[in-house]
Amino acid sequence: MTDDPLVRVESLQKYYYEQDTFVDRLLGREPQSVKAVDGVSFDIAPGETLGLVGESGCGKSTTGETLLALREATGGHVYFEGEDVFAMGDDDRQRFRRRAQVVFQDPYSSLDPRMTVGDIVAEPLQIHGQSDREGRRERAKELLERVGLSASQVDRYPSEFSGGQRQRVGIARALALEPEFVVLDEPVSALDVSVQAQVLNLLEDLQEEFGLTYLFIAHDLSVVRHICDRVAVMYLGEIVEIGETDDIFEDPQHPYTQALLESVPRAATSEHGRRVDALAGDVPSPRNPPAGCHFHTRCPYAREACREEPPAYDVGRNHEAACFRLDESHAYWESTPIAQNAADSEGADGVGESTGPDESPSEAD
Amino acid sequence: MSHSNGVASRQDVLRVRDLSTRFFTDEGQVNAVESVSFDVRDGEILGIVGESGSGKSVTALSLIDLVESPGRVTSGQLWYRNADLAEEFSDAADGEFVDLRALPTRVRRALRGPSFSMVFQDPMSSFNPSIPVGEQIAEAVEVQRRARANPRSTRSRTQGYGLGRYLLDSVVPTLDYTDDESHERAVELLEQVGIPDPEQRAREYPHQFSGGMLQRAMIAQALAGEPDVLIADEPTTALDVTIQAQILNLLRDIQEERDMSVLMITHDLGVIARMCDRVCVMYAGEVVERGTLEDVFDRPTHPYTEGLLGSIPDLDDPAPRLQPIEGNVPSLLDSEMGDRCYFADRCPKAMTECLQHPPEYEAEGSAEHRARCVLADHPYDEREALPPDYFEAGRPAETGPVDGGTDDDRPAEEAQQND
Repeated sequence: MTDDPLVRVESLQKYYYEQDTFVDRLLGREPQSVKAVDGVSFDIAPGETLGLVGESGCGKSTTGETLLALREATGGHVYFEGEDVFAMGDDDRQRFRRRAQVVFQDPYSSLDPRMTVGDIVAEPLQIHGQSDREGRRERAKELLERVGLSASQVDRYPSEFSGGQRQRVGIARALALEPEFVVLDEPVSALDVSVQAQVLNLLEDLQEEFGLTYLFIAHDLSVVRHICDRVAVMYLGEIVEIGETDDIFEDPQHPYTQALLESVPRAATSEHGRRVDALAGDVPSPRNPPAGCHFHTRCPYAREACREEPPAYDVGRNHEAACFRLDESHAYWESTPIAQNAADSEGADGVGESTGPDESPSEAD
Repeated sequence: MSHSNGVASRQDVLRVRDLSTRFFTDEGQVNAVESVSFDVRDGEILGIVGESGSGKSVTALSLIDLVESPGRVTSGQLWYRNADLAEEFSDAADGEFVDLRALPTRVRRALRGPSFSMVFQDPMSSFNPSIPVGEQIAEAVEVQRRARANPRSTRSRTQGYGLGRYLLDSVVPTLDYTDDESHERAVELLEQVGIPDPEQRAREYPHQFSGGMLQRAMIAQALAGEPDVLIADEPTTALDVTIQAQILNLLRDIQEERDMSVLMITHDLGVIARMCDRVCVMYAGEVVERGTLEDVFDRPTHPYTEGLLGSIPDLDDPAPRLQPIEGNVPSLLDSEMGDRCYFADRCPKAMTECLQHPPEYEAEGSAEHRARCVLADHPYDEREALPPDYFEAGRPAETGPVDGGTDDDRPAEEAQQND
């Protein structure tokens, strides 16, 4: 039983549609899809922390919200202890909600400013049928103490708390129903580094104490390295690489992961003056993602084959990356390099695209 | 000041001495910047690092006189090396240096652009969304050109954007503020900052640019006046890490090409490590530690600097446990600050003498390593340690929430008092 994943996500898709109003249909416009999440699969074992990293707009938060059924999925399945979340009836859905909670990124907008923190923390209890008001209040006090606040703060309003404290309130609220699984959506990115470290330590302590399973969504790679057991790297709605944290960070396989790791500035004197081979260009729009491998427009190793079909990866517990280069017999090796990107990678002594405007590829825009 | 001429061979271009900026708000006086001193040298990148509310951005705004009411620079001198100005305003001069604060406002304003310019954090909100990017850069070019032609005039230096101007423009297009020459220069600048197809992009509006491209455009705008000192206030904070790497590369290239001085303000110690030669660490409006990059990163003396470095997870070596600084950034309300070391309430090594405000001491390391902490002077003495609950019991009752800077331990103290 313990080998079974707690959460299994299979080909999860979430599309948003533009030009989809009644008027648009009358005018015969084709609805245009934005593929925020486009076929994401992974599983999370009980008690483990899976990190979901990527740059803004890659679909990592949408993945988190869709797998909790907070947004309606366009396709795919999510299994929680083997049960299909999207097929659940109301009762089952209610039970699932008790067991899977979420902590949001922005501690300022995710707490109702007109409710006391006691009411905020106790609200899930009320919704899930604990009618005893005093009991709820006692439980709220307990939870506040557990996350490092004081029980006497139960009647205060969110505006009286600092960002770090508010995030603690958000965590207390998520813990109120004693969930097994918590989606942490950028829980520390709005916080200062010293406070961020406090909250990270708290999350680790809580995980140990309550045996929680985390999906940790973040863009900060050093935070992910610190807290996660396994990591999935997302790019334009797809997972490009997944594996054990140490494997990903020490032996990244996908060119995008490599570039991400290369780009992060380290806080050490050895970092001084380091020239980074920056990835050229910007992230393409998810409205019109590049054909084939989505990364081929920025990839230094891209070849014609990358334009033709999208690479896949095997779902499982192994270190996997979605890149043709990992397959020695793939047609990729026979095809011609895409000139623009290749030229960029060969000028590799650090000039990148920033000095020579003439070499900058413009296709990314 | 003893530290103005150190070992470094480069000359100072700007000497900041005892700069204080206060905000006079309804809740009371906020000491956003307090007695800050540092030097910016020719062709170096100086970093200012600190958490939110530490006063780093206000320091930058104070340098170029952009602090807005209710804030005001209340004391200090800003010595800027400029022989011409020193000659003209000999009252405010000291050798080649001239005190910016003693100059008339119009002269100071004329220095914005050709002497100092600034790159702001959020490129999306720093551009006017209704004007093409090229036009906005051309305007900056035009402003600098007119300033150079007639340095004393501030009249007709800027233009408004209203219906009136629109109508006037349509009727008499020759009255256009910018001319073809400044447009050409704008395109040239866009090209220099690595924007592909600059002529086309110059005609586009800010919303047509991505965040990284717009940040490049802002850098182009800041370069329009060929400034001596470029102030970059969190230039990459709003950007993704791969784009951040591009912008940092660009900033370094530009700095090296033009041998410009850059004042780099950020909360990211990694950015500081990659870019800066020397570093100032700010906390609660003060520079608590400054020195070379090695001084601050390898031999931190102030416990706050140590705490900051201990708070960041290391990308290459996942430490089992982070060492955070307890508590939160304090309120900067004058009435609540007291006359102690501002970090004492969070400091693991607070001693009795920390109840007095410490001066800057010389610290171990290079000749310019300074720390505003008694530990730089003598080692920690456990017998002198403050009891751990000292600040919880001894502080005055709180006066209500403070915007943005509510103290973490204050409600907790109250709780203990009530119990």
